[in-house]
This record gives sequence, structure tokens and C-alpha cells, in this order.
Amino acid sequence: MPRWAMMIDLDKCVACQGCSIACRQENSTPVVSPQQAALGRAIRWNDVFPLPLNEPEGAGKYPNVRVRYMTRPCMHCSNPPCIKVCPVQATYVDEEGLVRVNYNRCIGCRFCAIACPYGVRYFNWEQPSWNPQMAQRLNPDTVSENGSLEGPAVRPKGVVEKCTFCIHRLHKARRKANLEGRPFRADEYVPACVETCLAKARFFGDLADPDSTVSQLAHSSRAFRLEEEAGTYPNVIYLREG
Amino acid sequence: MLRVDAQDKARLIDPLFQAGPRFWLAVAALTAILGWGGLMYVRQVSEGLAVTGMNRPVYWGIYIVNFIFLIGVSMAGTVITAVLYLTGVNWRRPITRIAEATTVFGLMIAGLQVIVDMGRPDRMLSMFIYGRVQSPLLWDVASLTMYLLTSMFALYVSLMPDLGILRDVLPEDAPRWRRTLYTFLALGWRGNREQWRRLERVTRVVSVLIIPIGISLHTVTSWILSTTLQPGWHSTILGPYFVVGAIFSGIALLFILVTIARQASSLKFYVEPKHYRNLGWLFITMSIAWFYFTYTEHLTLVAGQDLIEFPLLASKLWGKDALTFWGMALLMMLAAYVLISPLLFPHRWAAAPFFRPRVTLAAAASSGIALALALLPQTQAIVAGPTTPSLTMALLGTAGALALAAGVSALAWLKRHVATAAVIASIAVVVGMWLERWNIIVPTVTHPRLIAWTIYAPTLTEWSLTAASAALFILMLLVFFKLFPIVSLWEVAEGRIVDEAQARIAIPLPPESTPPRWQRFGIRRKLQ
Repeated sequence: MPRWAMMIDLDKCVACQGCSIACRQENSTPVVSPQQAALGRAIRWNDVFPLPLNEPEGAGKYPNVRVRYMTRPCMHCSNPPCIKVCPVQATYVDEEGLVRVNYNRCIGCRFCAIACPYGVRYFNWEQPSWNPQMAQRLNPDTVSENGSLEGPAVRPKGVVEKCTFCIHRLHKARRKANLEGRPFRADEYVPACVETCLAKARFFGDLADPDSTVSQLAHSSRAFRLEEEAGTYPNVIYLREG
Repeated sequence: MLRVDAQDKARLIDPLFQAGPRFWLAVAALTAILGWGGLMYVRQVSEGLAVTGMNRPVYWGIYIVNFIFLIGVSMAGTVITAVLYLTGVNWRRPITRIAEATTVFGLMIAGLQVIVDMGRPDRMLSMFIYGRVQSPLLWDVASLTMYLLTSMFALYVSLMPDLGILRDVLPEDAPRWRRTLYTFLALGWRGNREQWRRLERVTRVVSVLIIPIGISLHTVTSWILSTTLQPGWHSTILGPYFVVGAIFSGIALLFILVTIARQASSLKFYVEPKHYRNLGWLFITMSIAWFYFTYTEHLTLVAGQDLIEFPLLASKLWGKDALTFWGMALLMMLAAYVLISPLLFPHRWAAAPFFRPRVTLAAAASSGIALALALLPQTQAIVAGPTTPSLTMALLGTAGALALAAGVSALAWLKRHVATAAVIASIAVVVGMWLERWNIIVPTVTHPRLIAWTIYAPTLTEWSLTAASAALFILMLLVFFKLFPIVSLWEVAEGRIVDEAQARIAIPLPPESTPPRWQRFGIRRKLQ
């Protein structure tokens, strides 16, 4: 059983936000007006934000300024605080370590968004909308099992959504391998952000396989996880800037 | 045929069948507010929660503040009634009905807040179909349902003998539907020995059960917050803190409602200053407990200087949340002062000319003027204006001293007007406790770990729905007490019998002897 994991090398990341854009295109993330975005209602499954976040920590004064950029998908924690609080099992972790959201089940209580220490969960404050050109080019893929609705399917108003590690790509790759009558290989599946990363700062693979790139990199002395003290054991591992 | 004391009938039963213009005016005004709230809710459902002030990371706002506040004030009724019943307190009788009704309607409105807050209210039933018992939210649903059902049951059981009385002594011109209603709800109550025995037994069992159920509800509500990893919430103190705050705000709301009902209905014949004084002791205890918990909660944050939690505390003490935090603290201190200091005030000082209401008013007004002078921005043109910092400080000091003088000079008045003092304290506590719930929710959600700190301001929709919830609560109470007597007829009658029996027990006075003072200390002096 694979355990999907992502490595992000902050030394290589150029903060181009290509991962964010690729994610938007791949997952049909709704577009909000600038006013709504200013209110903090923009949906960015893969967010790129400057650090430090808040004034008291301080980025320094000219000429000694140090601003760093952090790129952040869903951490897909091994011990996710979000799934423990969901009252209806709309969000759950599957056997391959992916934390998933069923849009057809979610009641919109936003408890998971409150519980997540990383702020990766987004709420649909209004009916999702796109400008006309984009609305015609939404990703047609969905992930649906027994009446559930997941993946890049258009989310209704009032539910929570977040990065899925492009789970529809995993399903497609599995289906393809099945049709061709051969076993599925872990390197056939890669999320859109990893595929697009121009600095090759992102790696994706199976952490359960000791020979995979992510397993090798996870042993690096630069490897760390976000908010490790929260005890969530994320499957997104960062490589510290050297 | 059940009978009732003629005076009780005139005071409690007859008003149920007379609705004056004041009643209909109140109903119309409340319905108008409710209608406006309904319109705003329809807009919220059709446009999404974008019409609220919530955002990322402020995923929870004023609806959850209201929810916790309402859960808290609903503690008053049933649990306090149950405790007073089990301890055999006789003065509880006239206030039990209003306390129990407060609980039932408060809980209903609290449940409504959760539905209003949901992104998908159409999937509400999923909570029961797919409910995960591991989720603290489901614990709260279970606990709330249980407390609501038990409270409704307690209210109904204690109403039953009154319904039997109402059925039998109904005025001739009463509308038919009301006769049918009372006959149906009385469930054949005839008031025979077996029925009374069963009523006693059921009341006793419910009274014992409802205390742990009530405490569980407040604790579980705090667990929704404290089981998450969020700064300021992830603490064991929240459970008992919520229970204490619940009883505290519950008594405050009870005082306010009883006082309003005294003005507006015949409750004034039944509730005396004695009730305010006795319940006041519980109020003071809860006030002290509240200060203890608040201090403890913040002390650990100060001492820990945790990187995630300390900014939260800083925001409360001198940052963006300082207004609500210090507003809460000042209101609670005012309440504690109004409740406690008149008890310490010696009777014989009241004659001094300083302790007059007019001195209080004058001192308070002068304090306000001094404060305004100190805080108003001064232009350069006013040469004599307080432009120098030392003068501003002097003015602030004067304002403080005058406020203190106003407080001290009011003591004699507060000591004489027990009920008014209790209501002043209660209003301060109700507002203060709402602010306390705000101070628990909002600073934490605006200071997350990996999102930039934000501020939260509720929009018109949220304020409208809050006002509509309050209106619905008052409307429910108004209509309920137009249908059912505000004082439990049978409990008051029973109380009179108990009082009479107790009055007949003659405790012999100790033998008349007044030993000289020195003899009490064992000093014997030879007398001529």
C-alpha cells in the first residue's frame, strides 16, 4: 500500500507561484472578486505566502530585510486534527494517507477549518463563479464512489474544500494501468503542482517505498515538517533553506 | 373539580384571558424584528455566508458567540431550580416557572444559532444519519438534545397540576380552544393522592438527573473549543470555566426577567426583596468564582510566554481585542462592586450627608466631564485647555477619584434598593458574559498559526439575526406566559402550607438574662 508524500525543497523554490496557478487550473478553484479576496475569502488550495506573517515578528528594516516565501499545499497529515472533529465523516483519511473531503456530505459547520493548524481548508462563502472563458474550461474529472463527490468536481456553495493531491490523477492512472493489464506503478501519478514546478523544487512519490525519491530526501538533514510540535505528522516534508 | 385561592386566581389566572394593548404592541414589535431577521436569513441562505463578516481564518463568528452565550444563560433555570428543590429551599417557589421557561426557550434559540451558522442547513439531518460519535460537535448535539428534553419534561411536569386547575376554574367566556388545550395538556390530572405521590417522585428523579446533564452540556460546549489545537482554547480550564460562567450569566438573566415580569405582571405579589437577597448570595459566589477562573486562565498564558498563545493575550490586554476584554473586566468589576460592597456598608453611616443619590449623580457627572476634558482632542486656540500631559493625567486622576466617590456615595442607596442593585449588576453581567464569549472565540480565530492575523467585524446580517434571536426568545416567553401562569400555582400554595406549619412550631426563647459584658469573657467583678 503506497503512502503518498510530497517533498518541497525551499532552497530551490523561486516563489513563482506556478504551483498555485497550476492547481487553480487543474482543480477548477472558483475565482472571487478583489473585494472578497481582500476580506480573506480567496480560495487557494496551494498557497504561496511571505514569511514572517505578522508585524511583531518583523521582516527587518531596510537594508536588512529578510522575507522568505513559503509554499503550502494540504499537509495530508498522518494524524489529521481536521478529520477527528468532523461530525458527519465528510472528511476522512484513506488507506493511502490522503485526507479527503466529500462535498456531498459536508454540512458546512467549518469545524475542520477551525481545527486545522495549517489553515489549508477553504470554505465556499458564495456560489462559485468563473469568468466566461474559464467557465468553459473547467476540469471535467470527478472522483465519485457510492454517491460521494470529490476531486476537482465543481463544489456547491457552503461546503469546505482543500488540496486533494490531485486524487483524480491517481484514479486515472490506476484505471489506465488496469485497462492496459499491467500493475500500477507509483511514478505514474503526480499532482499538477509537482508537474509544473519550474525550479524542480517539488517531488512526489511513495514514502512506503524506501527507494523512492521522497523516501531518500526525507532522510536529508534538511528535512522538516511544518508545526511539528502539533503532532500531526504531515506527509508534506520540507527541505530547509541551506 | 380543583379549586384555587381566590386571590391567586385574580392575580394569576384572570390576566391570562386579558390581553391589553401593551401586550399586542410588544408582540407586534417583536414579530417585526423577527420578520426582518427572517428576511436576512433568507438572503444569507440564497447568497451564502459571504453576507456575514466571517472569512478565512475567522471561520466562526457571532453566531457561535451567541450559541455559547445562550447555552450559558439556559443553565439558570432548571439546574438552579433543581438544586433549590433538592436542598428544600422554600423561597424558590415563585421563580421556578420563569426559570424553567428561560431554560427551555434559551436552549431552543441556542440550537437555532447552530443551524443559522451552517453552510448547508439543508443537510442538517446528516448529523443524525451519518453522525460520528468521535466528533465533539456530536457530543454537543447529544447533550443539548438531552438537556432540552429533560428541561421540557421538568417544565411540563411542574405545569401539570396548574393545567388541571386552569381546566377547572376557567372563566365562562374563555375561548373554546383554550379549554381544549388545558384539558388535553392536563392529561386527566385530578389531584388525588396517587397523582401527587407520582409527581413528587418524578420531580425528585428529574431534579437529580438534570444537574449532571446540565453540567455536561456546558462542559461539552467548552470541549468543542478545547479539543482543538488552537491557541487559547487548548486548555483544561475551559470546562469548569464554562460551567461557572453559565450559572453566573444564568442568574443574571433570571434577575432581569423576574424584574421585568414584576413590573409587567402580578409576579410583584409573589417575589419580594427576600428573593433577590437570597439568590444574590449565589450570584456573589459565582462572581468570585468567575474572577478566580478568569485570573487563572490568563495567568498561565502570561507565565508561559508561548510563541503562539502570548500574541493572543497581548491582543486582549493592549491590542485589537483590548476594548472587548477591558469592557468585560470593567462590567464584571462593576457587578461585583454593586453586589458585594453594600453588604459591607454599616447601617449607621447611611445618615451621613455624603451617602445621598444626588452626591452620586453630581460626582458621576463631574467624573464624566473630567474624562471628556482629558480625552477630547484640544486645539491650539484654547490656551487654558489641557494640552500638557501632566494636566491630562491630573484630569484622568480626578475623573477616577470622582468615579470612586460616586461609587462610594451610592452605597447607602444600593443597600436600600436590593432589587435595583441586583438588576444593575445583572445587566452588567449579561453584557459582560456575552463579551466574555466573544473574547473566547474571536481573539483565537483571528490569531491562527499559519495565516496572517486579521480582525473580525460582524455585518448587518449577523447583528440582525442576533437581534431576531433575542426577539424570538422574548416573544416565546411572552406568548408562553399568556397561556400559562407565570407563578406555579400549586407550588406557591404548597409553600404557604409549609410556612404555616413551620410558623406553628414554637421554639422556646432562651431564658431572659443579659450578663454584663465582662462576664462573657469570664471576668468576675464584685458588685456592691
